[in-house]
Amino acid sequence: MLSRDFIRFAASSVLSHRTRSALTTLGIAVGIAAVVLLTSIGEGINRYVVAEFTQFGTNIVAINPGKSSTLGTPTGIFNTVRPLSLDDAAAMARIPHVQSVVPVVQGNAEVEGLGRQRRTMIYGVGSQFAEAFKFQVAAGDFLPDDDPRAPRAYAVLGSKLKKELFGEAGVLGERIRVGGDRYRVIGYMRSKGQVLGFDLDDTVYIPAARALDMFGREGLMEVDLLYAEGAPAEEVVAGVKRVLISRHGGEDFTVTTQQQMLDVLGSVLGVLTFAVGALGGISLLVGGVGILTIMIIAVRERTGEIGLLRALGATRHQILRIFLGEAVILSAAGGIMGLLTGVGGAWLLHLAMPAMPVHTPLSYILLAEAMAVVIGLLAGVAPARRAAAMEPLEALRTE
Amino acid sequence: MIILEGINRIFQVGDQQVHALDDIHLTIQPGEYLSLMGPSGSGKSTLLNILGLLDKPTSGRYVLEDREVTSLSDDEQARVRGERIGFVFQFFHLVPRMSAFENVELPLVLAGVPPAQRRERVGKILEQLDLTDRAHHRPDQLSGGQCQRIAIARATIMHPSLLLADEPTGNLDSKSGADVVQVLEQLNAGGITLVVVTHDAEVGKRARRRLRMVDGRIVEDEAG
Ligand SMILES: Nc1ncnc2c1ncn2[C@@H]1O[C@H](COP(=O)(O)OP(=O)(O)OP(=O)(O)O)[C@@H](O)[C@H]1O
Ligand SMILES: [Mg+2]
Repeated sequence: MLSRDFIRFAASSVLSHRTRSALTTLGIAVGIAAVVLLTSIGEGINRYVVAEFTQFGTNIVAINPGKSSTLGTPTGIFNTVRPLSLDDAAAMARIPHVQSVVPVVQGNAEVEGLGRQRRTMIYGVGSQFAEAFKFQVAAGDFLPDDDPRAPRAYAVLGSKLKKELFGEAGVLGERIRVGGDRYRVIGYMRSKGQVLGFDLDDTVYIPAARALDMFGREGLMEVDLLYAEGAPAEEVVAGVKRVLISRHGGEDFTVTTQQQMLDVLGSVLGVLTFAVGALGGISLLVGGVGILTIMIIAVRERTGEIGLLRALGATRHQILRIFLGEAVILSAAGGIMGLLTGVGGAWLLHLAMPAMPVHTPLSYILLAEAMAVVIGLLAGVAPARRAAAMEPLEALRTE
Repeated sequence: MIILEGINRIFQVGDQQVHALDDIHLTIQPGEYLSLMGPSGSGKSTLLNILGLLDKPTSGRYVLEDREVTSLSDDEQARVRGERIGFVFQFFHLVPRMSAFENVELPLVLAGVPPAQRRERVGKILEQLDLTDRAHHRPDQLSGGQCQRIAIARATIMHPSLLLADEPTGNLDSKSGADVVQVLEQLNAGGITLVVVTHDAEVGKRARRRLRMVDGRIVEDEAG
């Protein structure tokens, strides 16, 4: 039997019960639509988060004090942990491929300017911060390249803080107090918006050494290295370890590359997408049961036809393929309907809620359709085998 | 040539055994025209089904065209049914959702004959049976006599050597019954071996060789 004849034959019986076939198809369509829509949302969120993370570039290495075996917050519980000092940061600037070194200290403090007060996020950073993270100054300059241990009391404001304290008025040269100490404002930043829930505009940047003093900290919270695009991350990491081990006498720090962070993030978000997709898969299962039911009914109804086909020379294998074909036609058609609805739904969702990140990769579409076909095969196999196993004479007689 | 030797068919119904065929010996020459008559339950259909490889004898030997067919595999038997044997049933057994054309085409489709060739062969046979204008009608749009002629076209489209008809006129009025018998006899005149099971003495008498069965045995076998 020619392949197109198999398809034609199977399609003819599917089409002879239009309503019934349409309803069965609908079951699969709902499942596939749910899977496509949910994974589209999952993937959209995934991409959104990764994009947020990588907007600073991927060639960044973070060094935190304390040794941790896994990624995450380093635990500084051992006595032997030496704090990361500004001198450590300076020493790392000489590591090959490293372009900028940014010491980071972070905390909250009262900021006062023009008689107004606001409690806000304080970033104690190095002068290369803006360049490394591609932050741009709206007016004035970022922190100057002073002696890291004795920098001048200059501050740079985030755009929102600037607005809150000074409104539209000029701010360059104004004096403010940060945590009680006096600073001179030398610039303010362009708006950066929220990044992963942190408002980077409601903040003030001051030299790291002064932030250390203000918060009474022994060492830096983090040092970020920006290395040359395309340079091997392992070499940079090796360089960091060499420099810091020789200074600290042991590995009491943690080096995390952006890539590692992305990998962990990617796997967490991948699990999320999968879990959400599996949820949609449950409705797909229901659709599969629908096909199974309809195929059992079809085989029973068409027992006489099976007998006839066998009398006309059909082999058991041909009968099996005809009924499997019917199940697959039902599920594949449902799959296509579901894809259209799912992709359309994702698109509408995006129109209705632009903030909601939605993304449907082509591979998901193909995978979902393949899944529909596999479900058709699985649902069809038992009824089709039953049809194939019938004795021709008994089948003929049941009409 | 067909040779049946010591064919028995025993059905097990609960703890009861039904001896539907009891030691049948029968030789049929190519091109013969047989009728098979006898009371209800005498085993006529059972014998016909065994001749058509739709049923297996409990014991005995069946040789069809120099081949022992009882021991063939399932697929080989399907092939013999498809290529060498045609069936005509009392209730036509047409596929209701398919047109007359498609019903006749079925054996060719199953055998993998390409569409162009199928169209030609089906067109020709429908023309011979004067059914060309009914080609695209479905069975429920056709009369019983037309349905049975479609079924005969389907049974012979593969040019089998043996045509088996189980009460082919049983469901028809006398006029269309006569038409159907005429078609079958034309086919037999063309060389096909024809075996007709019937309750209609008029129909049975027409055959050149007439068998009579009682209780699973052939009790009469007259020719001429
Ligand atoms: N599948 C079966 N299971 C049990 N007994 C059967 C089966 N098929 C036939 N028989 C029995 O075998 C015997 C012969 O049946 P068969 O159908 O061959 O008779 P028949 O001569 O064709 O009768 P009719 O003229 O009524 O069609 C009957 O007693 C019948 O009950
Ligand atoms: Mg009978």
